[in-house]
Amino acid sequence: MVNGLSLGAIYALIALGYTMVYGIIMLINFAHGDIMMVGAYIGFFAVAVLGTNIFVAMALAMVTCAVLGVVIEKVAYKPLRNSTRIAALITAIGVSLFLEYTTIFFLTPNQRVYPAEAFPVTNYHVMGLTLSSKDIFVFVSAVVLMIILQYIIKRTKTGKAMRAVSLDKEAAMLMGINVDKTISITFAIGSALAAAAGVMMGIYYNSINPLMGIIPGLKAFVAAVLGGIGIVPGAMVGGFVMGILETLVSGYGSSLYRDAVAFGVLIIILLIKPTGLFGKNTGEKV
Amino acid sequence: MQKTRHIKPVRFIVEVGILVVIFTLVQYLISAGLLNQYYQINLASICINIILAVSLNLINGFTGQLSLGHAGFMAVGAYASVIMTNYMELPFIVGIAAACLAAALAGFIIGVPTLRLRGDYLAIATLGFGEIIRVVLQNIDYVGGPAGIMGISKMTTWPWLFASVVVTLVVIVNLINSSYGRAIISVREDEIAAELMGVNPTKYKVLAFVVGAMFAGLAGALYAHYFYIIKPETFNFLKSFDILVMVVLGGLGSTTGAVIAAIFITVLTAALQSFPAIRMILYAVILIMVMIYRPQGLMGNRELGRRTFGKVFGSLWGEEK
Repeated sequence: MVNGLSLGAIYALIALGYTMVYGIIMLINFAHGDIMMVGAYIGFFAVAVLGTNIFVAMALAMVTCAVLGVVIEKVAYKPLRNSTRIAALITAIGVSLFLEYTTIFFLTPNQRVYPAEAFPVTNYHVMGLTLSSKDIFVFVSAVVLMIILQYIIKRTKTGKAMRAVSLDKEAAMLMGINVDKTISITFAIGSALAAAAGVMMGIYYNSINPLMGIIPGLKAFVAAVLGGIGIVPGAMVGGFVMGILETLVSGYGSSLYRDAVAFGVLIIILLIKPTGLFGKNTGEKV
Repeated sequence: MQKTRHIKPVRFIVEVGILVVIFTLVQYLISAGLLNQYYQINLASICINIILAVSLNLINGFTGQLSLGHAGFMAVGAYASVIMTNYMELPFIVGIAAACLAAALAGFIIGVPTLRLRGDYLAIATLGFGEIIRVVLQNIDYVGGPAGIMGISKMTTWPWLFASVVVTLVVIVNLINSSYGRAIISVREDEIAAELMGVNPTKYKVLAFVVGAMFAGLAGALYAHYFYIIKPETFNFLKSFDILVMVVLGGLGSTTGAVIAAIFITVLTAALQSFPAIRMILYAVILIMVMIYRPQGLMGNRELGRRTFGKVFGSLWGEEK
């Protein structure tokens, strides 16, 4: 259960990026999980090579990935903003493959073990529960990031612009909002959150590899759909639900079925309530 | 679009003649030992990839439903055929039939619920189903679990490969040129308009999906009986992406484009065998570049065919149009 909460927090962070990007340009950013992977690697090198502590490493990963996210948006997605959604989706798959295999090319496909000194693990016993400092760290920092995100979206001018663009791009443009800039900021924030999730992933599982982003990326996508894609609080709830569900399944059943369960949830949700738990039904205009 | 629907006898004979010549030529090269193992393997991969690309193109290109689970159907076909041939010791043709049936059935079961979804949701759902097929196979001890099945007898020979490719092409091209094909294309162009014209979109989507899955199963059966070994890991979503690259490169909605791209990508893969990372980076760049600069694919929805060849060899054919 505690494991589920921290895993869920990681999923929620990734899911937020999916949801924000989808909300604003209606694109499922397949490369999101891979941005997370890049974040994990940057965190790894910051700790292992530069010898920084984990918080600096995380900040560094977030900044770098924010830049990476904006670059990807400018290079690959922007030229496709007016083309079909399938074209954009295929491009996103291309970006995803590109990030994975460029990493493999430069850094070999081998697993790397996250340096143990990056985060000393101590166990606390509270009321019969064993809490690892890992779990606490992951959970607390994820929640802090989510609160900051909520603040940005609800209270700042940028957040207001983001909400306006996702509601109606053209109207927002007419109101003098710089749509391109807003989209870039959305990518930057989403990617930064993914990078933070990547560093947490490294701490949580202790090892990283270039293909680590795919499965968590897909699961986070499921979480985003579960909560209603495009809806920020929905992604948070969806992430936690997925994390807990996954921990329960691997705890009580076969751990091999863990990945199948995520997709099972996705398909059930899509069939029963495609707009997600918090979604509003919008009819399609002919 | 062909204006005359009936086949001109002379042209038909010439086309069959070309096929026979290609077939005997390669058969001769193989039996005379002029094609070494390396080329034979590539030839088999080309044939299998043509079947995969053409069948996925029916779903992605002509029906416009982005499916990312093609490798899953291939896996179903591969396992079904191996169960028939290796476990029950039935002839290869039974294995192939079982593969097609099983994959078509899987396509139906998956297609009916998911094809109600559209666009990107469908892509993710099919991706999910493809992965579920893989995970389920990994958990069935009867078929070897994660280790898969080894020691499959090699039954896929050049005649089988050739016949399969021809059957695939004939069935899919004729399907597309039939009234069913026009209905399928109308669903791609505008689902709502098609529905208003009395076309049942779900029916045609499922039809295309099932036919596509069936041929993926065929490809799976051929694959299993050529490479001796199958394991669930072979059929993960990267395999589906491989096929997608071929379809996108060739042109969404062009059968000849899919064939050419399948040949090109297979040769490229063989050439870059020792640099798998570079190969995948190249794939990724191809996907992105094609989508940005030529979203309809290299061939668009045009076909190289009788017309084009007719222009080139017009005098040989005697007439054109």
